[in-house]
Amino acid sequence: MKISVQAEDFDLGAECAALARSRTDIGAVASFVGLVRDANDGAGISRMTLEHYPGMTEKSLAEIVEQARGRWDVMDATVIHRVGELKPGDNIVLVVVASAHRGDAFAACEFIMDYLKTRAPFWKKEETPEGGRWVDARESDDVAAEKWKA
Amino acid sequence: MVKVLYFAGLREAVGQSSEQLALPAEIGNVGQLHAHLAARGGAWEALARTKNLRIAVNQQMAAMDASIRDGDEVAFFPPVTGG
Repeated sequence: MKISVQAEDFDLGAECAALARSRTDIGAVASFVGLVRDANDGAGISRMTLEHYPGMTEKSLAEIVEQARGRWDVMDATVIHRVGELKPGDNIVLVVVASAHRGDAFAACEFIMDYLKTRAPFWKKEETPEGGRWVDARESDDVAAEKWKA
Repeated sequence: MVKVLYFAGLREAVGQSSEQLALPAEIGNVGQLHAHLAARGGAWEALARTKNLRIAVNQQMAAMDASIRDGDEVAFFPPVTGG
């Protein structure tokens, strides 16, 4: 399992390959990559700053992955979240889940993202033509996380 | 002493990211600490104004009724927006 909060970019292909390297029991690798969009809530975005709570962030990501391991057959997982200054088109977040079968890999990957969005202590500040603004939490993200409680 | 941390918009509003605070004897939980800090007035009223304020005690999400003691780390922040 790999958890990383970092300023540097990541390589999806390299991270997927790293999970499946040196073992042959993995049958499915599902991944999600989140990117910086150039527009949000009706305004153009020229750049974005990601702030986090060092220490708690890494712990909360590890806990989220542990919860996924408790629910699905997760053989290995990687979560990388970038912090600092990013621009449109840049990668923000990567989740990769390896499992024996696709169902568990897809579900665990979506679960980790939904929980990360609502529980991991990251905050986005966008730069718009009108100045900087902190991104508001979305109710749809809470709804997405709630569905896993059913 | 407790370490109090502020993040994101709340950090900007109160003008600092952290402080060490000698815990007054009458403060035993997060809600009491929150009221104590907001009562400083001025910029500190942002603590009371922040919608859906989130709290962590020793880096675990917590509620206003969570107890706190000397040596704890208490963080106040707006709802998270990562991912």
